[in-house]
Amino acid sequence: MSKYHILLGNEAIAYGLVECSCTLAASYPGTPASEVLSTLLGLKRQHALDLHAEWSVNEKVAFEVALAAAYTGRRAAVIMKQVGLNVAADPLMSAAYTGVKGGFVLVVADDPGPHSSQTEQDSRFYAMMAKLPVLDPTSPAEARQFVRMAYELSEQFEIPVMLRPTTRICHARQDMELPCFSGFRQTPAFDRNPGRWAATPKFRLMLHHQLNEKIESIAQQAQFYPRLANDDPLRLAAERGNRSGSVCILASGVVFAHTKEILADLHLYDSIPLYQVLMPYPLSAGFRQELLRRYDKVLVLEETSPVIELQLQNKEKVLGRTNHVVPAAGELLPEVVEDIVRKFLDLPSAERIEPPNIAGRRPTLCAGCPHRAAFFAIKKAFPKAIYPSDIGCYTLGLNLGAVDTVLCMGAAIGLAAGFYHAYRAGGVDHPPIAATIGDSTFFHAGIPALLNAVVQGTRFVLVVLDNSTTAMTGHQPTPAGGMTVDGHQVPQISIAEIARACGVRFVETADPYRLPEFIDLLKKAGNHTRDADGGIAVVIAKRPCLMDRTQPRSWTPRNIVINDKCKSCDFCIKHFECPALQSPGEKMPVQIDRTLCTGCAVCVHVCPNRAIEIAG
Amino acid sequence: MQQIIISGVGGQGVLFITRLLAQAAVDQDRHVLISETHGMAQRGGNVVSHLKVGEPRTESALAETGAGRRSPRFEFSSPLIRPGRADVLLALHADGLAVHRHYLKSAGKAFSNTQDAQDSNALDATRIASRLNAPVSANLVLLAFALASGELFCSAEHMQKVLNRSGGRQLEMNLNAFRAGLSAAREKLKP
Ligand code: SF4
Ligand code: SF4
Repeated sequence: MSKYHILLGNEAIAYGLVECSCTLAASYPGTPASEVLSTLLGLKRQHALDLHAEWSVNEKVAFEVALAAAYTGRRAAVIMKQVGLNVAADPLMSAAYTGVKGGFVLVVADDPGPHSSQTEQDSRFYAMMAKLPVLDPTSPAEARQFVRMAYELSEQFEIPVMLRPTTRICHARQDMELPCFSGFRQTPAFDRNPGRWAATPKFRLMLHHQLNEKIESIAQQAQFYPRLANDDPLRLAAERGNRSGSVCILASGVVFAHTKEILADLHLYDSIPLYQVLMPYPLSAGFRQELLRRYDKVLVLEETSPVIELQLQNKEKVLGRTNHVVPAAGELLPEVVEDIVRKFLDLPSAERIEPPNIAGRRPTLCAGCPHRAAFFAIKKAFPKAIYPSDIGCYTLGLNLGAVDTVLCMGAAIGLAAGFYHAYRAGGVDHPPIAATIGDSTFFHAGIPALLNAVVQGTRFVLVVLDNSTTAMTGHQPTPAGGMTVDGHQVPQISIAEIARACGVRFVETADPYRLPEFIDLLKKAGNHTRDADGGIAVVIAKRPCLMDRTQPRSWTPRNIVINDKCKSCDFCIKHFECPALQSPGEKMPVQIDRTLCTGCAVCVHVCPNRAIEIAG
Repeated sequence: MQQIIISGVGGQGVLFITRLLAQAAVDQDRHVLISETHGMAQRGGNVVSHLKVGEPRTESALAETGAGRRSPRFEFSSPLIRPGRADVLLALHADGLAVHRHYLKSAGKAFSNTQDAQDSNALDATRIASRLNAPVSANLVLLAFALASGELFCSAEHMQKVLNRSGGRQLEMNLNAFRAGLSAAREKLKP
């Protein structure tokens, strides 16, 4: 057996956290960051670690929970995806001023592309805005090493440190040796110091000065200085008389990894200096001067914004995004990097094989997904409505024409309220508004929005798609589960009770699999939004996610068949899109893929010709 | 070194096949670097894995660095394969052939799971797996078929050991599918 184990980038980060004896980790799931905390939970069970790990209700809360642990001198971490940091931006900015006692590492996974996100935002800008150091790993193994460096830096300067992997690091796998975990005791000790932990504006100014000093010294830390990656090959080549020219490349993150491989392929690794910027912010002023003195042209390759480039403060010598040498949007795939490098070095362009111009397969809700039934019912009950929706598997309701907006976590409710006011203030009757939000998203950011909508006298139907899990990101628990990740019982939080406590008077729960009843309930809810003394109506569509094996299946699968009434109209395929319903060809009756069909029997109510039925 | 693209649609076990190949490589003392698709696309969209496999870490894999030192020869650092660079494409779904073929270099080999398996490197793996009452194991049928060609860095025998070790409740079913893929390959090779 090999001593090398293959770890996902996110797993490697989790190993790094445990190696460093992190005592508290909090996170909210989101691609590409989710596996860090799930791996931690596994390691905790396996090694009986002294670690509190939690899926918090949202990133802001997660940040604060972890920060307090660091205030007591214990090592803590908070993990999220980049848009999660928007939610946690408030504590982030302030925590930079207060600083920490125990090491505090903020893992933020960016998503250039974007592959699974609303934006391509660069979290390193947040680090810059908050004046916090940020490390940009180039591989899973390095991400793990950087956790240690981040903790040491954090404790030396009493400052939160950001570790910023990107999708290609989080979801890369690499072989590495596993560490042994040797924990050390960290006694919690919160030293009261109101001038720091509860600073008023006057003290805040002082803290700001201190922060400036910290960040200046951090920029000069030798071990975080940009590294000349090909020092050896360059020196060897120089000994052989091959002088490297006056151009160089600076890169960080996975783009560095692409660039290194491309230079090697082009046989230029021993002639073009390549610097790895492991800490894009703060960039040392000394390094900057030396760089600009030594080279005539500097190409900067980084994702997804010009963070290093802007700090170099030179538009003549420095090439990158600000002068359109590097594209301003999209992932820097290795083929894109190769084109840029070749152009920069005046090499003929590569024979580029363009990807085919075919749409490929779009993702769709699973066969038998309860969300599909709910969306179909919503379309039936409110055919001409505005459909604000939210973030989760159910965003795929787009395919069914039942999703009009997707903005950010919890926005379905705020937007629904805004649409209502827009039409009312415009003096026109408002079209039906049928908003959808998942259970986890509702807890995350939906509650204040609902409360606000109620007290502003808004009217719309809100369908909470409650599948009792956070499905999209790998089935993390929600506050409705009544169980901590360690298996301790805690109170179950009821969405219906929250909705009532927010002042909603129409709150009903029903099973979307029972399609006709569910459609009737939606119509009743719609009437409530039009009644003289009506208001917002909340319908909770309750049915567990099929893919979540931990949940009971209170449903006997039915044997579904297509009878001879099928007119090949493809209505069920176009408007319902269950992957188990397939058209073998034009003018051919629909077929059921037995390997995919879950027997939910919702399609029976979908076919206008009654061609789908339960056998026997 | 070998660069392999494994493509399919969400739910077909692209990640599983990638992991088996990677484990086989690590067992042979090779470095691996992989890039995977997670997130929304896993719900039935196109998914793709990039897998880079290094040479076994023997003496010959070391390079002179000057000053008498020897260090591992540089093989790869990017988790992604560039278009036109892959040695092998495993298309678990017929769609994948069209969507991901551009990764293959001109001399590269594509093995695909298609209904009309005319081409010598194509196989109706889904039908074979369905006959075994295990349609989800089409991925292993195709993997075995590809390994039998000898185009991949490891042998079918070695993979069978990896599979055996991976255990799990589906082991029997997996091994059956794997063997079915091997015999399908023998069938195809018959003149
Ligand atoms: S994972 Fe669950 S919630 Fe997501 S599409 Fe599948 S059945 Fe629906
Ligand atoms: S019963 Fe109908 S809707 Fe449900 S999974 Fe089967 S084909 Fe799809």
